[in-house]
Amino acid sequence: MHCASCAATISKVLRRTPGVSSANVNYATEKAQIKFDSTQITLEKISQIISSLGYSTTPEDKDRQINILFMKFIISAVFASLALWGSLPAISSTAPALLQSLYFQLVLATLVQFWVAWDFYRSTWNSLKHRAANMDTLIVLGTTVAYIYSAAVTFGLVRGEPYFDTGMTIIALIILGKWLEARAKGKTSEAIKKLIQLQPKTARVIRNGQEVDLPISEVQVGDQIRLRPGEKVPVDGKVVSGETSIDESMVTGESIPVYKHTGDLVIGGTINTSGAIILSATKVGSATMLAQIIKLVEQAQASRAPIQKLADVISGYFVPAVLMIAVATFAGWYISTGYLPAMLNAIAVLIIACPCALGLATPTALVVGTGLAAQKGILIKDAENLEIAYKVSHVVFDKTGTLTEGKPVVTDIVPSNQVTNNDLLRLAASLDANSEHPLASAIVAAGAKTALKSLPVTGFKNLAGRGVEGTISKIKYTLGTPSLFPSVPSDVARLEKQGKTVVVLAIGKKILGVIAIADTLRPTATDAISQLTRQKIGTSLITGDNPTTAAAIAKIAGITRFFAQVRPQDKAAAIKQLQSEGQIVAMVGDGINDAPALSAANIGIAMASGTDVAIEAAGITLVNKDLHSIPLALRLSRSTLRTIKTNLFWAFIYNVILIPAAAMGLLSPILAAGAMAFSSVSVVGNSLLLKRTRLS
Amino acid sequence: MDKAIVLVSSLGLIGFIYWFFLGKREKTSEISTDIKITVSGGYSPESITIPVGKPVKITLIRTDPTDCLEEFVIPDLKIKKTLPLNTPVTIAVTVTSPGRYGFHCGMNMYHGQIIAR
Repeated sequence: MHCASCAATISKVLRRTPGVSSANVNYATEKAQIKFDSTQITLEKISQIISSLGYSTTPEDKDRQINILFMKFIISAVFASLALWGSLPAISSTAPALLQSLYFQLVLATLVQFWVAWDFYRSTWNSLKHRAANMDTLIVLGTTVAYIYSAAVTFGLVRGEPYFDTGMTIIALIILGKWLEARAKGKTSEAIKKLIQLQPKTARVIRNGQEVDLPISEVQVGDQIRLRPGEKVPVDGKVVSGETSIDESMVTGESIPVYKHTGDLVIGGTINTSGAIILSATKVGSATMLAQIIKLVEQAQASRAPIQKLADVISGYFVPAVLMIAVATFAGWYISTGYLPAMLNAIAVLIIACPCALGLATPTALVVGTGLAAQKGILIKDAENLEIAYKVSHVVFDKTGTLTEGKPVVTDIVPSNQVTNNDLLRLAASLDANSEHPLASAIVAAGAKTALKSLPVTGFKNLAGRGVEGTISKIKYTLGTPSLFPSVPSDVARLEKQGKTVVVLAIGKKILGVIAIADTLRPTATDAISQLTRQKIGTSLITGDNPTTAAAIAKIAGITRFFAQVRPQDKAAAIKQLQSEGQIVAMVGDGINDAPALSAANIGIAMASGTDVAIEAAGITLVNKDLHSIPLALRLSRSTLRTIKTNLFWAFIYNVILIPAAAMGLLSPILAAGAMAFSSVSVVGNSLLLKRTRLS
Repeated sequence: MDKAIVLVSSLGLIGFIYWFFLGKREKTSEISTDIKITVSGGYSPESITIPVGKPVKITLIRTDPTDCLEEFVIPDLKIKKTLPLNTPVTIAVTVTSPGRYGFHCGMNMYHGQIIAR
């Protein structure tokens, strides 16, 4: 199976098969639980049905493979130790005569060489058929030469010392390395496996007034789904009745359960913690947020990191180059010294070379890093964007809806002494009832809260984005921006300095009072920005507000620089200005209105709205609205790239230093095998260390 | 005398290694939209040709248990698939611009390419 929908397909087909009462296929564990009536259908028949769908019912069992590797390591290690006991001059006198017998050692070595290491031969033969070579080719060549030489010594064809113990020790160490690597590699992809496991299997759908449990693949958009406390939300949907709190941490990384009531969106894969609700499915199958997240993470993990270019080029020539170096080593030592050091040093060259470490350096770190980010609700598009995020020196925040909640509210009502608070608000709300401006909605909403009835307005006129006019009880009022009036009270300047937008209500030139409206900063804004400052990353605010308001908001948030009165279409120009100053710019905004600015920036960071996370213009998409995700995303990118760099450095240095060292006769074959076995493991282990990155 | 023989044979062997592994001629293949690749000790065929802008089905079947071949990656198309042993895995791709797209195993040791024309 290669995706969760494969599991769903198999389950669905099996459930429809006569004789099968239930079937659940788990993609992550690759296991199927099937209940069937053996008088109607056999296990073989079920297996055939699965095969007919293109899947195998006897898939290789990863755990079993790892166990076999361990068993092979133990056998080869025990045999190698016995051979060492029987042949090392210092201790061989204490060994039983059998162990000292070369013929007995030959039997042990033959078992290790052609049974334990048989997979290496098979892999080498398969590769050679394609005129290709891999690491196994090098191991096979090195150990086979040692084995043949030792056998020749045993049968008296050549004079010298046999090296059965060396050959067996090399194989034991290489297999130990493979065993450790296989175990560690499994751990690198834990994050994506967890995401896949989040996908629910069934949904309780209300059809024709009846509740039926349906497999998730059969749920359609518009289906009404009942959800009880403790159950998993099956698909993306909208609450149509009831209220509850939903734990979204597993998808968005948001740790506090989110309150949901009628009209709110819920995300498939999250957990309903308290109330019973009915929801209407809005997205199903591959369109759900969780499915999109899994797809994005999988794509990121498959992408190519520009930093890896050199390693890619080298990997194409690596094994043939090592083979040539081994031949040259043999010739050099043979000519200068003799055949024994020539053979041992050539074997050391073959064994020490480790192309695997180079190949594993980038992908393992990428898989751990992007997986970790996804768990925190941060979706990094690909390795290229990860590299840019690593270099970001300046973050530009769009104001409305990004740095702020995007829901303006009335914060201050300052009446003149001719009217009361309520009068002022009631008049303003009545005038604004006909306006569609977002600030007007804030005043209308505030008016509605006072429970005072709206007054009838005649002669309503919209003043092109600057305010409104209308007549109430035969008196003509003007409500609008302070610039409409020749003189305004000092409260206007005071409130604007607090970052609020101020509107003035007047009869002609006579001011009745001012109302301040503010879009509240997200609670995480100041802390997120101070984290960025501590990370030595500059910050800017970009907004359509006037400079006084913009400066005030920037100050409250702790942002050092602002771009005020910027129209949406001019945001990209502000980004370019920063770039011309040498900054590597990340733009944070929503994926819709800010798309041009996100694209203009070196990297766009989009805050996903609703359940759509596939945002074309964004290099990083934030699933939650927590601004802490921005410094976290940049920190994670830095850690991941640092790990990639360390991995590549060590993988290069290892080969660059140790291959010549082996050629110069500075490494014994056993030492070379030990180093080789641990080189890949250390790369994978270093990538796993990323999991310990401090996230808070 | 033996030293001269070893020197000459070594030079010959180095030349042979170069020719055998690096002197492979690229085999051209006809444009196809339904391609089967056998994964065993490498990829057969190693080079496939596909049309630009059309959906293409690539089916891979791995018959070689070498762990290195378990993962199949086309980095430029952001595709990574796990290939279970003896089980066909189908990948649907649509390439939008002509060029060469390399593919390789999880450890980047076996290589092949997609030529989009």
